[in-house]
Amino acid sequence: MALNCSNNSRFLSGFGVRVFPQPGKLEFDFARLIMFLRWLEATILDFGDEMHKVYMWIWSSGDLGLRLLWHILHLILSTWYFIIGLMGSVESFLISSGLFKRYRDLDISKVQYLAVAIDSDEALQTLKVLELLRWLEAIGLRKVCLYDTAGVLKKSKEALTLLLKNERMSSETASDPLVEEKCLSLEVISFSDGKQAVAKAADVLLKKHYLSSNTEKPKLTESDMTDALGAIGYREPDPDLMLIYGPARCHMGFPAWRIRYTEILHMGPLKSMKIGALIKAIHRYTMVHQNYGT
Amino acid sequence: MRKSLFRILSVGPIPNHIAFILDGNRRYAKKRNLNEGMGYRAGFLSLMTLCKYCCELGVKYVTIYAFSIDNFKRKPHEVDAVMDLMLEKIQGMLKEESIVSQYGVRVYFIGNLELLNEHVRQAAVKAMEATSNNDKIVLLICVAYTSTDEIVHAARESCEAKRARVRSSGAREGNEEELKVVDIERHMYMGVAPDPDILVRTSGETRLSNFLLWQTSNCVLYSPRALWPEIGLRHLVWAVLNYQRVFPLLERRRKQM
Repeated sequence: MALNCSNNSRFLSGFGVRVFPQPGKLEFDFARLIMFLRWLEATILDFGDEMHKVYMWIWSSGDLGLRLLWHILHLILSTWYFIIGLMGSVESFLISSGLFKRYRDLDISKVQYLAVAIDSDEALQTLKVLELLRWLEAIGLRKVCLYDTAGVLKKSKEALTLLLKNERMSSETASDPLVEEKCLSLEVISFSDGKQAVAKAADVLLKKHYLSSNTEKPKLTESDMTDALGAIGYREPDPDLMLIYGPARCHMGFPAWRIRYTEILHMGPLKSMKIGALIKAIHRYTMVHQNYGT
Repeated sequence: MRKSLFRILSVGPIPNHIAFILDGNRRYAKKRNLNEGMGYRAGFLSLMTLCKYCCELGVKYVTIYAFSIDNFKRKPHEVDAVMDLMLEKIQGMLKEESIVSQYGVRVYFIGNLELLNEHVRQAAVKAMEATSNNDKIVLLICVAYTSTDEIVHAARESCEAKRARVRSSGAREGNEEELKVVDIERHMYMGVAPDPDILVRTSGETRLSNFLLWQTSNCVLYSPRALWPEIGLRHLVWAVLNYQRVFPLLERRRKQM
């Protein structure tokens, strides 16, 4: 009987099946496992001790040590953004190749008015700005507001409008009645159209309600301010969505009066702009639900 | 551990002023199956924790968007619940052993306080007076506030000041000068603090909702997905690290503006 059992074990173990380990052998394995775990624990504790020693050395080295740790933190941050950037590039490529259905069926009518704020140094790359406008036109946007702090885009406005018009003319026949409808209407503003415009509008209100009337305390309301801004030439609607092209997520002084409920998205530097990222940003906007405070 | 982390962060520039939009209290309450009042209370605890962290880090000004003029459109019982909580917490501030006394917090209530009910307004005024000698950190609580209302208020005050100058000088020379940006800024509610360096809006929303639109020209915006009661040390550290990353650019832009 015993011989048969051992023959069966050998037969089954030939197929790599562990069968019924012998009693003594089980205890031996268990002991080895315990020893291995103990060794692992000791190694981890030693490693922890070493790390603690290094940390205390850095700490006690005073400023130099602190600076090193600070740089390490920022290195981790930069690495993180590098990885995010790479993933973003791959995703943009997939989006622009039409792989995702939800990005193909974009409901562009939700974006009535788009604002694009560009860092003034980056706005000098007129050809890049032109390419961006071409993409926006291709996606189906009709009203765009360009902003930069220093007014660089104001200087290149004429050139941009002309180049866009030329491209449209050359790609479509002159008799096409839809040419005018497909035109991108462009508004270009700068920092002086923000705070200074409000000051000018306040001046208009001063002359209208304060200096020329005898009412002791005129009740100025927000609609009075809107009307005054309209009177000095600022009649465009508030943007639904603002895309920021620049190194920092910051609206750079975009006219305060117009961005009450504007969704603000940071797209990164202009030189690394991608059409996939643009489509994703617009799609994200179309999914947002606003309560307006309620 | 936290103090060590703050010591490391202090190697780089620390923001002087951080603003927070406290978004997501109701969603938090729904998520945790609590009633809405508990969501706001959890939010208050997060606020106290974050103020403590900012104080330890060395931030001098903290602004919070507690209640917008738009929020008055909510259901009356919701508005009342928030007002009652606010009254309770403001009265708590007036006690000797409160956190504001312990940490030397000077409190300002920013906004159109006329829109608040009598009790809350009086308590707010009292709290501002009681904490006026504290100098460790300044907490600006925006209630009944919107940026557009602030701008209109500032314009109104500037116009009245200008009219008073014209009337007192008698002659027409007052009319030669136009109102300037500095005149408007002088009468802003937020004139008691410098412009914010970082603006944090929780719950992942990326709009400013009529908050500090005038003051955020050079301010880094940060929108973590966490709801306000879930905000923690890691979000603050991440925001400060991102601020430090772009600090040279912001400084350059500030000088140009």
